[in-house]
Amino acid sequence: MIELRDLHKAFGSQIVLNGLNLRIPAGQTTAVIGPSGEGKSVLLKHMIGLLTPDQGDVLVDGSSILGLRRSQLNQVREKFAMVFQNAALFDSMTVYENMAFPLEEKTSLSRDEINARVDTALREVGLKEINRKFPDELSGGMKKRVGLARALLLEPQIVLFDEPTTGLDPVIRRSIHQLIKETQAKFGFTAVIVSHDIPDIFDVAHQVAMLYRGEILQFGTPDEIQHSNHPVVRQFISGSLDGPINSGAA
Amino acid sequence: MTGLVQAIGRQGLSFTLELGRMGNFLLHACYSMVRQPGRLLHILKQIRFIGAKSLFVIVLTAGFTGMVLGLQGYYTLAKFGSEGMLGTAVALSLIRELGPVLSALMVTGRAGSAIAAEIGIMRISEQIDALETMALDPYKYLITPKFIAAMISMPLLCAIFDVVGIYGGWLVGVKLLGVNPGAYFTEMYRSVEWKDVWSGMVKSYSFGIIIAWVGCYKGYYAGHGAEGVSKATTESVVLTSVLILVWDYFLTSILL
Repeated sequence: MIELRDLHKAFGSQIVLNGLNLRIPAGQTTAVIGPSGEGKSVLLKHMIGLLTPDQGDVLVDGSSILGLRRSQLNQVREKFAMVFQNAALFDSMTVYENMAFPLEEKTSLSRDEINARVDTALREVGLKEINRKFPDELSGGMKKRVGLARALLLEPQIVLFDEPTTGLDPVIRRSIHQLIKETQAKFGFTAVIVSHDIPDIFDVAHQVAMLYRGEILQFGTPDEIQHSNHPVVRQFISGSLDGPINSGAA
Repeated sequence: MTGLVQAIGRQGLSFTLELGRMGNFLLHACYSMVRQPGRLLHILKQIRFIGAKSLFVIVLTAGFTGMVLGLQGYYTLAKFGSEGMLGTAVALSLIRELGPVLSALMVTGRAGSAIAAEIGIMRISEQIDALETMALDPYKYLITPKFIAAMISMPLLCAIFDVVGIYGGWLVGVKLLGVNPGAYFTEMYRSVEWKDVWSGMVKSYSFGIIIAWVGCYKGYYAGHGAEGVSKATTESVVLTSVLILVWDYFLTSILL
């Protein structure tokens, strides 16, 4: 389980997180939604220790990850995998090398075993015969699939998704969501998805957290969020131009 | 007036912070080199990139540097009737000073900028974050192979620069201006000591560290977007060049 306690983060004079509290339940999918630029990716990076808060605490399985030495932090990170917004594939490596790299570095598998694992992982995300291609030769959807396959290779306990479907067409977007839902159900990992995809994300997540102005405005099941009476949540879900998000009220 | 003092203070603090971060980066890189120097294949790839691929530009600049030294040296020495010392003048200038400095500046322009750009692009496209989330140390995979490769490549490139430069001076001095070929090399053998060669090698070795250090640092902390990478690349070349010249002065005063 991941717990964020009274998290504050500012970049210069811009306050991004302002006393945020959030508990991510283990073995379930939690979606973090909210307007662009509200710090959703920043929130995700705090969970895995890529950013450190100005104030507050980040707990993974009950232990704080702040102030850990690099080796200790790496032990915590062994539990995690992250799927980045633009897949973050190593652009000087082929798809195969991208996939094999974490296995070569972190396991003692033989070449044949690595090949088999890579092939299986790519097949599970619906890709084949792209081993020799470089990331630049792939479409956005294919990159995201490779990123997802790479993330799942080491069988993590927690997977963080940073806007996994941004910039994709509706069909691919839905297929990626379906893929996340199926793999989460199959492997049982804890998933945290940062997303704008309303209403698709309600089909994928078990819980939804609405982030607004550096705080969690509302946390609940997709049904609770969809029927929320909070004006900010209602406006965000409906996509209306009129409301507190534009006016700066709330 | 208060505003001016505040601005100076802010700049001073920012400079001190940057200096501390750079020092910390170097220490971390040195620690990584000892503890986990990276895979041999990664290091060999970097030696090929920093060293082998710089050969052409090194040979070209060395040849012309030696030739111009031959011309200028002959002109000056002829005034004193000491044309026979041309080999010594060319060799000592190259081995002690111009070889290490010019080869380092050439590698800075060719490889130092590329190192900053490569790591900068990896930073802004979250590839470095991806390494960290896999619990893999970016220093081991990105930084230390470049440090080791620069430390191996620079003295070798400097040696090649020296040799090509000496023959460039020979071409102009002996073949073009008619200096006695025997005198050119004999005087050189007599005057150049191992200490001169050694000091040149020490310089180029330390310049290799500076090139890798600044290039990697600027890329690692590159700002956002294409502008951030472009700024990091430019700053890397400028800072490396300045540091090489400043460090050269101090090192020369120590090694003399």
